Amino acid sequence: MLIRKPADIAPSEITPPEVWRRRRDLLKGTLALAGLAALPGAGAALSADDGGETPTAIEHITQYNNFYEFGAGKRDPSIHAQALVTRPWSIRIDGECEAPREIGIEDILARYPQEERLYRLRCVEAWAMVIPWQGFPLASLLKDVRPTSRARYVAFETLHDPEQMPGQRRGVLDWPYREGLRIDEAMHPLTLLATGLYGETLPNQNGAPLRLVVPWKYGFKSIKSIVRISLVENQPVTAWNARQPGEYGFYANVNPAVDHPRWSQKTHRMIGEGLLAKPRETLPFNGYGEAVAPLYAGMDLRRFF
Amino acid sequence: MSRPGDDWPIRVLQVTLFGLCLLPALDLLRGVLSANLGANPVEHLLHATGDWALWLLLATLAMTPARRLTGWGGWVRQRRLLGLFAFFYASLHLMVYLGLDRALVWSTILADVWRRPYITVGLAAFVLLVPLALTSSRGWMRRLGRHWKRLHRVIYLVAILAVLHYLWLVKADRLVPLIHAGILALLLFARLPGLQRGSPLRRKRTQARSCPQKL
Repeated sequence: MLIRKPADIAPSEITPPEVWRRRRDLLKGTLALAGLAALPGAGAALSADDGGETPTAIEHITQYNNFYEFGAGKRDPSIHAQALVTRPWSIRIDGECEAPREIGIEDILARYPQEERLYRLRCVEAWAMVIPWQGFPLASLLKDVRPTSRARYVAFETLHDPEQMPGQRRGVLDWPYREGLRIDEAMHPLTLLATGLYGETLPNQNGAPLRLVVPWKYGFKSIKSIVRISLVENQPVTAWNARQPGEYGFYANVNPAVDHPRWSQKTHRMIGEGLLAKPRETLPFNGYGEAVAPLYAGMDLRRFF
Repeated sequence: MSRPGDDWPIRVLQVTLFGLCLLPALDLLRGVLSANLGANPVEHLLHATGDWALWLLLATLAMTPARRLTGWGGWVRQRRLLGLFAFFYASLHLMVYLGLDRALVWSTILADVWRRPYITVGLAAFVLLVPLALTSSRGWMRRLGRHWKRLHRVIYLVAILAVLHYLWLVKADRLVPLIHAGILALLLFARLPGLQRGSPLRRKRTQARSCPQKL
C-alpha cells in the first residue's frame, strides 16, 4: 500500500481538489454498492487504491497497448482495432450456474450502474499506468446467474474472429485468448468489468466493449473484448500460461519477489514519466495487498506465481 | 576515407551510406530533445538502437556476398563504415540499457547478466565487437597483417549472438527475429566455399555486366 509520510510527497503529486472530491464520491459509491463498509480494512484499502497517483495521459493509455489480436507492437492495436464492430455485442454466461444467459452489451450498460475506479495497471513487462476506468464489479454479474457450489473458477474468452482481428491469423497464441480467475478472486469487490475509461466509451484497443480489470494481477490477466464467461469446476486453461508455463502463471499476482525468468519484477517504469525518471519499486499485489492478500493466506506464492 | 586510386562510385556510395546510417541517430536525438519518443521513451530508445545495430551488422556481412553477386569490389570497401556504425548503435544500445533502463543499479545489471541468457549473449556480442572496432583502421590492418582477417572473422560470432539476443528476448511473436536469423543464415551460407567461385549465378552476372547498359 502506498502510505507515504507528508515530507515524501512533492507538491506536484498533490491531487487536485476536483479529482479528490470525485474519488470521495467514488469511494462512497463503491462502499455502498459492494456493502463493504462493515468489513474492517476494506474501506482503507479502497481509499488507498490509487495511492495518490496522477492518471496516465489518455494518449498513452490508448496508444501503448498489448492486444495481440491486433498485432504484437504496442501501437498496432490503436491502428488495427478501429475496424472492430462492438455493437451489437453479446456475452454468453454459462457453466456451473442456475441462470445462464446471453446478454447484450446495451443490456449490461442499462442493468449495472457504472462506477469510476482509478486503478494502477502493472504489466508483466515491468511498466505501469494509472487508469480511470468506468465499469462495475464482476461480482454483480456473477451473482445474477447464481453460481452453483461446483463453480470454483471463472473462465473468460475473447472474441475469435480473424476477419476482424488480424493478429489471430497467425498462431502467436492459441486463439481465442482465454483467462481465468478463482471464484473468490472473481467475486472480490476490486475485480471490475470495465466499459469505459476517462469518462468515454472504452476504446477498441483497450478491449471494447467489455473487459476485465484485476488491478493486483499482471495486465495479461485482464482479458479484453469478452464474449464468454463460464463458471467451471476446474482451473481453466489460460492463454499466456499455455504458451509459456514457466513465465506466466495462472495466478500472476504482481509480486516483486518472483522475477519473470527474463526480467526483474522488482521495479517498473511508470508510463508518461520522462527518459530520466527512476524506475519505481513494485509493491506486492501492486499495492492492493491489504484488500487481497487474505485471498492467498497460506499459499506459497513462489510456487503459485 | 579517400585515397589515391579510389574511384568515384565508391566514394559516392560511402558518403551516401554515411548519411543514411546517421539518420536514425539524428531522428532519435530529435525525439529526445523534443520529448517525443512515445509512451515509453526508454523502451523506444532501447529497441531502436538495438534494431539498427543488428540491421547494420547484417548489412556489413552482406557486402562480401554483394561483391560476389555483382562482381563489383566497391561493396567490400563499405564494410568498415557499416561495421563501425553497427558498433556505434550497439554502444548506444548498451548505454541506454545501463544508464536509463537499469538506471545504473549494478545489482540488477549483474543479476541480468548472470541469470538471463539473452542479456549474457547480448553483452558477449558487444564485448567481442569492441576489438573489431578498435582494429578497424588501416594502421591496425597493417600491424596485424594476416592475423587481422582471422580476428575480424569474429563478426560471424557477433552476428549469431546478436540474433540470439533478440530471439530470446521476445515474448511470443518471433517473426522479426526469425527474419533476422533467416537473413543471417543466408549470408553465412553464401560464404560456403563451394559457392564462391564459378557459380552459375556469378558467371551469369559477370556476363550481364559486360554487356553495355544504359542506366
